[in-house]
Amino acid sequence: MGKKKKKVPGLNTSSTADISFMLLIFFLITTSMDTDKGLERRLPKPPENEDVKQEMKIKERNVMEVRLNSQGQVWVKDGGSSEFLNNVAELRNRAKEFVKNEQNLPHFPEKHAKFIEGLGQCFVTDKHVISVQTAPDTPYWIYFYVQNELVAAYNELRDDLSKQKFGGREYSALSDEQKVAVRAYYPQNISEAEPKKYN
Amino acid sequence: MSKKGSREMPEMNTSSLPDLIFTILFFFMMVTTMREVTLKVKFVIPQGTELTKLEKKSAVSFIYIGPPTDQLRAQYGSGTRIQLNDRFAEPSEVMDFIYQERQSMSDQTAQVVSIKADRNTPMGKITDVKEVLRKSWALKINYSATTRN
Repeated sequence: MGKKKKKVPGLNTSSTADISFMLLIFFLITTSMDTDKGLERRLPKPPENEDVKQEMKIKERNVMEVRLNSQGQVWVKDGGSSEFLNNVAELRNRAKEFVKNEQNLPHFPEKHAKFIEGLGQCFVTDKHVISVQTAPDTPYWIYFYVQNELVAAYNELRDDLSKQKFGGREYSALSDEQKVAVRAYYPQNISEAEPKKYN
Repeated sequence: MSKKGSREMPEMNTSSLPDLIFTILFFFMMVTTMREVTLKVKFVIPQGTELTKLEKKSAVSFIYIGPPTDQLRAQYGSGTRIQLNDRFAEPSEVMDFIYQERQSMSDQTAQVVSIKADRNTPMGKITDVKEVLRKSWALKINYSATTRN
C-alpha cells in the first residue's frame, strides 16, 4: 500500500503497425484504381408520340451519311458522291471538310449568316447533320471508332476556330462564354438513325 | 576510439511506423474507389482518342455488355449478355435499373450511364440498350474506353 509508484506503464503500441497493415491490405483488395474514361455522347430525347415517326426534312446537301456494315466497312455519302472508304482514317478529314465547307461549295452544307455573341456576324453551316447508321451485326469497335473520329473532327475544327479568334488558345482553355460561342459556330450534329439493313 | 563496455546494437525506434502505414492507407483510400460489382461478363473495351474522364462517380451507373466469363460459360453459353448490378438481364430490364439508380442519387439530372461493352459486341444489342435508355430519359451516356496513342 505504501508504495510510491505513480507512473502508469506505457501502452504497448508495437502491434499498431500490424493493425494498420491489415487495414491497408484490406483496402488494396477491395478497391480498384482504374480511372474511368470514355467517349461522352448525348442521346436524343425520346419521341413524344411513338406511333408517329417524325420525319425530319433536311436538304440533301446538308446530310453526310455514314453507314457501317457487318464486315466493318465504312460507306460515306457526302456532296453527291458515295463510296466505301479504303482507309477509315480518312473519315476525320472528310467530316472536317464537310462541316467546314470553306469554299461554300453547292453540294456541301449551306452557309447562312448568324449573329453569335462574342464572334459577331458569321457564316455558319449549323444545319448540317452527320448521320451514322449501323447494321445489327456491325461490331461495336468499328462504331466506336467512327464516333471517335467524328468527335475528333469537331474538336479539331473548334480548336482551329478558337486559335484563330481568341489569340491562339485551344478550345479547352477558353472561358465558358467563349466555349458557348465556338459551340454555336460548330454545333455537334451527329444523328443516330434507327439501324437499317442494306447490302 | 575508446572501447567501452557493450557492443550491442541500439534498437531501432519503430514508434513512427504506424503513422507511416496510416499515411499509405489514407493515400489508397483517396485515390481508389470501392469495387462495386463482381463482373460476370468479360470485355475488352475499345480504344479512342477523344475521351473525357467520368467526373461525378456518385452519379454514374454502369452497364456491362459482353460474353459470360470463362467460369460461367458452361452455364450460360458464350452469347453476348448484359449485366446490371450482380446479375444478367434483358434489355427491357434496363429501364427499371435506371429508375432504381436514379432514386438513390442526390442530383438526378446529372445521371450518367457508362456503357462498358466488349469490342466485338454486335451493335444490335447496344442499339437495344440505347433505345431503352432514351425512353427512360437517361440521355447522358459514356462509352467506356481506354486511351489510344
